[in-house]
Amino acid sequence: MRRPGSVRPPSRMRAADPATSTRKPPPLHLLLVGLVAGAALLGLAAPALAAPALAPALTAPGSTAALSPPAPADQQELPVSGTLRNDGKPLPAVRVQALIAGGRQVTETVSDDQGHWTLDVSQPGRYIFRIDQKSLPRGVHVLQGEVTRDVAAGRVSLVVFRFGTERTGLKTSTTSQVLRVLVDGIRFGLVIGITGVGLSLIFGTTGLTNFAHGEMVMIGAVVAWALNVVLGIQLIWATLLAIVAGAALGAASDLGIWRPMRRRRSGLVAQLIVSIGLGLSLRYLVLIFYGGRSQSFADYTDQVERDYGLISLTDKDLATIVISLAVMIGLALLLQRTRIGKAMRAVSDNRDLAASSGINVERVVLFVWALSGGLAALGGVLFGLSELAGTVQYEMGFNLLLLMFAGVILGGLGTAYGALVGCLIVGILVQVSAQLIPVDLKYLGGLAVLILILIVRPQGLLGSRARIG
Amino acid sequence: MIDIPSVLGNGIAQMVGPQAIFFTLLAIGLNIHFGYTGLLNFGQIGFALVGAYGMGIAVENFGLPLWMGVLVGLAAGVVLALLLGIPTLRLRADYLAIVTIAAAEILRLITRSTSMTGFSGGTQGLTGYGTGFRDLSPFDNGRTYELLGVRFLGQDLWAICTGWAIVGLSLLLVYLLVRSPWGRVLTAIREDEDAARALGKNVFAYKMQALVLGGVFGAIGGIVYALATQSLTPDFYSPPQTFFAYVALIIGGAARIFGPVIGSMILLFVFSITDNVLRQITAGGEPLLGFIQSEDVGAIRFVLVGVALALLVVFRPQGIFGKKEEVLLDGR
Repeated sequence: MRRPGSVRPPSRMRAADPATSTRKPPPLHLLLVGLVAGAALLGLAAPALAAPALAPALTAPGSTAALSPPAPADQQELPVSGTLRNDGKPLPAVRVQALIAGGRQVTETVSDDQGHWTLDVSQPGRYIFRIDQKSLPRGVHVLQGEVTRDVAAGRVSLVVFRFGTERTGLKTSTTSQVLRVLVDGIRFGLVIGITGVGLSLIFGTTGLTNFAHGEMVMIGAVVAWALNVVLGIQLIWATLLAIVAGAALGAASDLGIWRPMRRRRSGLVAQLIVSIGLGLSLRYLVLIFYGGRSQSFADYTDQVERDYGLISLTDKDLATIVISLAVMIGLALLLQRTRIGKAMRAVSDNRDLAASSGINVERVVLFVWALSGGLAALGGVLFGLSELAGTVQYEMGFNLLLLMFAGVILGGLGTAYGALVGCLIVGILVQVSAQLIPVDLKYLGGLAVLILILIVRPQGLLGSRARIG
Repeated sequence: MIDIPSVLGNGIAQMVGPQAIFFTLLAIGLNIHFGYTGLLNFGQIGFALVGAYGMGIAVENFGLPLWMGVLVGLAAGVVLALLLGIPTLRLRADYLAIVTIAAAEILRLITRSTSMTGFSGGTQGLTGYGTGFRDLSPFDNGRTYELLGVRFLGQDLWAICTGWAIVGLSLLLVYLLVRSPWGRVLTAIREDEDAARALGKNVFAYKMQALVLGGVFGAIGGIVYALATQSLTPDFYSPPQTFFAYVALIIGGAARIFGPVIGSMILLFVFSITDNVLRQITAGGEPLLGFIQSEDVGAIRFVLVGVALALLVVFRPQGIFGKKEEVLLDGR
């Protein structure tokens, strides 16, 4: 899987030049048709999304790279260089880091007034070059801030990063800024919610705190990436297939692992530890086959924000919000109106009572696992698309897991609606705190809430007292 | 082809090396948490982090002498245990698991944050705090010593000797504590919390004491390892390290005094063997296993640990030497 991915980047470069970008990505409302159940929501979203996908005037300007004068072949110092340009203007004082596989930084440098940077690595090999996003000037957005390169002796290695301006010629008022943070928060919260609801339902019906849930999210995204990039299936269909795969994975893990463990009468602690071991193995198996770096989807990666009066959003962000909301409403209808939904709530409330009133508990649990797996896969794609700038990475699931826990516990472990409310709050909190504290610490707020809620109201906002003791 | 003597030699060196000491101390802490009291601490690496960074920051940023830095590190472990224990120890076991793993990850993110570069060193980490320790070494730091066919650098030998001495003292302390009335209350809590409460024991207080004590062992592990390696890097303190310590504990036998030592030695030996063998058969012009990239070898141990953890818990929760009835795996 890694090999095709590593030869792909040159073709992505065409997006840097608007004139050559002839193939427009298919309109996003296809994604909605595929996923949205509510017709009203479609009516609301379609006009916005049916507009041409990329307005040329707003097209993100790419960066160009310039060769540095070839350095004398120093025996062990291998020079790597590039020039950082955004919209033709050089970007000075931006930190560029070189990392080896595994994430350890070996060296870093800062670009000069012409945006030129150069650094030396000591040995040939594979390096990840990364832009320190915090050192960028305000308003400059990275489209591709991480590049993996094999550095060899005897030649100058050139690394190109791509930028796009966040907003073109728009004044930002305080209200629109607040609104923007809020909408970002709701978008993120909904994505956490989609994945977190599954975590909460699994807990409600089986009592298992599933530490491998993040890996289900990540595997969903990786499957969609593989279908999209390696097999060339359009992302919408790739996502639908990934949801099916996620549901199958969820069901398979119940049939293959959790049901036999329940049969053996294994305790919940044993199940919890097994889920941790499973999650760890899956994460690093994906690392082996997929690779350690962020890799980008083939579609919808370089969208530009569209102005909606008070707020401007990219199409994919809007689509993320609409799809998540639709899925949430669909899930609520499922829980309230259908037989299986009522059975899920019954098992969640009292397993023994549900069993004695004729509900096939094992079948309900299997359904919950499949549902959660599918939701996790969808959430993984949306998370990558909206929050990780259209990329997929092997640790994305574990990072999200901690926020899922925060949201689900805040709302009340085991409740479906509580999970949604809690995750929304956590999402908003994360985005708000990103305005106040350094960006690389923005997940802290969500996790601080986790500890706070356990002190103040351990059963969560909508949970019942009986579950926690 | 596979060079067996060098593989075995490396394996033995790893069995007694600083990593083995590190995981032993982590696992001794987890033994008190999980083995004796039944607490699920999945953020033991966070305790190691606050211990190591507490010492490193105190020495590097505040210019304290090394012994005071060590005290700061231990105190940081105590504070972290209190912070995590107060909200969670009255709740069901998995809340502690979630909060500890989250806290460990928070701490790692804070220490590696670029905004903290001036304080914790950011992704660069800290160095230079441990020269005081190295100066105490009675060995010739630059010389290579050979013991039973395995070579050690003088400075490593000093760290290894101190480390195992600390492990020995820790084991003695644990042995005395778990045989005391206090230790019997911990076991009672593990077996039946309500029964312990009915006997008038303040379960919350005992659990908190156990959490603090085990956390301090974690902090000691972090301090010893930081002194042995003379450098602190935040990404070393990542969540999977806790699971390594759990695997070591369960292999050696939870609720056994020597469980952590035996388990860590076996774990490191197996790691070293698999790493070396895999590297040898994946490297070179005609590798035996072409489909594994040599840079993926490091990832394989995580996969192995994950599988081992799951399988051990299901099929042999008592490990090699433990007693099955001594292992708490039915949740509350």
